[in-house]
Amino acid sequence: MSARARTILFVVAGAGLLAVLLVGLGALPPFGHFRGALGHAVMARELGARHATDYVTALNFDLRAFDTIGEEAILFAAVTGVVMLMRHMREEDQSQRRRRAEDHRFQGASEALRVQALLMVVLIVAFGIYLDLHGSLTPGGGFQAGVVLSAGPAVVMLAGRYLTLRRVAPDWVIEAFESGGAAGFVLIGIGGLIFGDAFLQNFLPYGTPDQLLSAGTMPLVSIAVGLEVTGGLLLIFSEFLDQSLLSTTEGQ
Amino acid sequence: MTTLQICALAVVCVSGTAIALTPSPLRQTLLMAIFGFALTALFFAFQAPDVALSELVVAGVAMPMIILAALRRLADQTPKGDPPGVQDKHSGSERQGER
Repeated sequence: MSARARTILFVVAGAGLLAVLLVGLGALPPFGHFRGALGHAVMARELGARHATDYVTALNFDLRAFDTIGEEAILFAAVTGVVMLMRHMREEDQSQRRRRAEDHRFQGASEALRVQALLMVVLIVAFGIYLDLHGSLTPGGGFQAGVVLSAGPAVVMLAGRYLTLRRVAPDWVIEAFESGGAAGFVLIGIGGLIFGDAFLQNFLPYGTPDQLLSAGTMPLVSIAVGLEVTGGLLLIFSEFLDQSLLSTTEGQ
Repeated sequence: MTTLQICALAVVCVSGTAIALTPSPLRQTLLMAIFGFALTALFFAFQAPDVALSELVVAGVAMPMIILAALRRLADQTPKGDPPGVQDKHSGSERQGER
């Protein structure tokens, strides 16, 4: 297709999309005026009774936790797929390449950057743990906390050697995070089956609102999700880097 | 609609268009992170802090991390010269960071 034909196609399609969007936008309710009946009912009756101050987390980790467990399974399957593909391609003899990777440093890593990274790691990990534990109190929760926590080892990599990252977060640790998080979520769900009436039912006492230990199982689910997301992201990251740094092509 | 919301929408429009108009995937990755920060501001201005936080961590950490690792992996598959992912027609200064 020539550039001219593509431009014409884009203009026609773009105009059509714009028209549809404008018609759709015209019919939207004004900002802040949600019209769904179910949403209001859930807000009024269910969520307040759970003693969680962040309703989004209360929805994700309690009321619709079954959805969340599906999302976790998707992440778990994706990470497993990446690991299987990458490890299959990894070659056997790694000792020599490992030595080469030992020399790998981020070129721009000045002393100042290293000191800053050291501070950053502490702050990032502290913030991640805070987000994880306060999931049901303030915006945040397991997923965000997991991504923040996985940034900690990535900063180590940025400031130092790749193999330092592997020492800080060896395979068995991040694999344990990944699978322990996934298993923990399911176990909490089964706990609902044992101590309550249904899978993933909130079976712990709700406690006082605004306290760290409140909202029943939500903090536990948040911790499980946080572990899984941390492990999953770090696993993907280290598999990719193993590939490129440890199994680099010979000619370089 | 407040001024903050209009400003956030405008920044999202500009940065989103900028990504589409950028040829190099490496630059696109960094622009995408900036686009993510604009989206974060937008969600925050529209009173959705949970979504804003998710967008912040995904755009600031997860996506660049994975895409940069994948680009690096692609770079290794090309035996010599600049691989397609890292090539830059204008300055060729992309690869100074690593190695």
